[in-house]
Amino acid sequence: MRIVCLEQGGWVKSRDFPTNSRDYEQRKFTDFSTSPNVRKRPADYPINDENSPIKIVNFNGVGGATVMYTAHFPRLHPSDFRTRSLDGVGEDWPIDYKTLDPFYALNDRMMGVSGLAGDPAYPAHCPPMPPLPLGRSGQQMAKAMNKLGWHWWPSETTIATTAYEGRAPCINLGQCTPGCAQGAKASTDITYWPQAIRAGVELRTHCRVREITVGPDGMASGVIYYDVDGKETYQPAEVVILACNGVGTARLLLNSVSAKFPDGLANSSGLVGKNLMLHPFAAVTGYVDEPMDGYAGPTMCLWSQEFYETDRRRGFVRGFNFQFNRGVGVGTEAYETLSRNFVPWGEGHHDAFRRLVGHAFRIAICAEDLPEEHNRVTLDSFLKDDHGIPAPRIDYKIGENTNRMLDFAIARGKEILEAADAHHLAEIRPVVNGGWHLLGTARMGTDPSRSVVNEWGRSHDVRNLFIVDGSIFVTAGGVNPTSTIQALALYIADQMKQRLATLFD
Amino acid sequence: MLDPALSAREQSDLRTLAALMIPASKKFDVPGADDLTIFSDIVASMSHELSDIRAALKLVSGMSDEPLSALAQVDQMAVVSRLRANGGSAIDTLIRHILLCYYRDDRVMRSLGIEPRPPFPVGFLVEQGDWSLLDPVKARAPFWRPAS
Repeated sequence: MRIVCLEQGGWVKSRDFPTNSRDYEQRKFTDFSTSPNVRKRPADYPINDENSPIKIVNFNGVGGATVMYTAHFPRLHPSDFRTRSLDGVGEDWPIDYKTLDPFYALNDRMMGVSGLAGDPAYPAHCPPMPPLPLGRSGQQMAKAMNKLGWHWWPSETTIATTAYEGRAPCINLGQCTPGCAQGAKASTDITYWPQAIRAGVELRTHCRVREITVGPDGMASGVIYYDVDGKETYQPAEVVILACNGVGTARLLLNSVSAKFPDGLANSSGLVGKNLMLHPFAAVTGYVDEPMDGYAGPTMCLWSQEFYETDRRRGFVRGFNFQFNRGVGVGTEAYETLSRNFVPWGEGHHDAFRRLVGHAFRIAICAEDLPEEHNRVTLDSFLKDDHGIPAPRIDYKIGENTNRMLDFAIARGKEILEAADAHHLAEIRPVVNGGWHLLGTARMGTDPSRSVVNEWGRSHDVRNLFIVDGSIFVTAGGVNPTSTIQALALYIADQMKQRLATLFD
Repeated sequence: MLDPALSAREQSDLRTLAALMIPASKKFDVPGADDLTIFSDIVASMSHELSDIRAALKLVSGMSDEPLSALAQVDQMAVVSRLRANGGSAIDTLIRHILLCYYRDDRVMRSLGIEPRPPFPVGFLVEQGDWSLLDPVKARAPFWRPAS
């Protein structure tokens, strides 16, 4: 079997990550911005997200968005796969937690997850490495949560806390999101890719796919892409697998128009691009008198799933995850405090800032949004990338249930800050540049009229086309999705292997 | 003087704004953001965000016929107030850029008790902490919701 992967970006070297240089904070807003519209690297394509309160963020390169994520690695919960049955919203997944459990475990080993077994918010599982240190921040946060009697647990992350499979342990550089110069943070360029290449997979970088072609039999016949020199190239294939995220996959399918598929490939349901879910994030922050970890240490510290499961008395269904985060760089903290008028311009600047710097108590809220067809990815009528390929357009509104959830979550977040005797409270709602989680635009299901791929990732319409990214999520859950995206990819790969003789039946 | 991408007026206004935002402090023995070394860094590192910064400076110049430095301090602060009230991404970028350059200067970092260096390769220390804080949570019964 010959496997070729076409990747629109290139390899990112650890020496290029911002924490190698003194301007590391600035580079989060320039060449290592999470927004492709700001970053504007050659591998990036523009995204029209003007009609969305939440802007799309991603990374295009070998390793994809795992190069540029916080390494927060919660699993979905069993209830997340049954939202229709349990709560009357969304749709049930065609698979369940039990189906994915062995693939979660395999992925935990492949990525190298740090954490602590025994979290009462989850079915039993055992991360292979010990958790990140609590630090000063974690202890303050834990004390506040214990005062309230609310759940908290050390976040599971893909940050190595011990030497692990060639990766050095974390040395608390901070600034995890724009790449880890130490290599302690797992990204698939340093976890899966070396093994795949050793196994014979060919990786072609700087190759941007324009469209998937189909033969007269309605099967995918290959792809047309632009190679590193910009030359249009055809790659025939017996099987085509997409892993371009919930925006990129929808864009590619919608750009793959033919006489047989005039509305885009695999789109007989009309659902390609629809039901986009982004996990609206909010944040509450306060400042405590005790010193916190400040700029040091991984962003991720603790999570709380006290309010994850449905309790209808709260005025909404489903739930959210609290993420307790360590600090940001000193310059970023100055920017935040000055923007909030906690620190003035002029004479009082130094005194005011020195009282606050290194004392922030940060809580992020990851709220579940429900699949709604009006939230969607389409092709922009005007915007194109450097190769002339139509760019994606995002239309998204935060739903009513999610808005009520955010009201509740922010109020609870402030209770936590009050329990910590925090002052200078602030909230952000939503986190505008928070569209990290691109989900639901080619969802899985057993009914071809209500889903794009079947229960093992194969397109209902095109029997040799598979999708293994966040677009196949049926519902979003209320936690970061990377662990589940990867577990799904492993599960689908396993299904393909088991069904090889009858793969196209 | 420092960057041909900015006109003399733009550079003058930018430097005055930087001084208004973060003046030097004898108390903390730190320079202001208009210090030549810091200001050189500000103008030398703005290429990725130049269009936003120029847009912000255009707003400044639109508020006064004279360079900001020629105004009385009360008038300078009035411009700052109007700018901040005006808001927008360009102003936001300008403010952020000045702050991020200021808070990486060796003298400023040392005055904050922070070693002036990039995080890698030395890293930082984070204490392990008191894990007994987790005991009451460990004692809780599982509360995840069964799906069947």
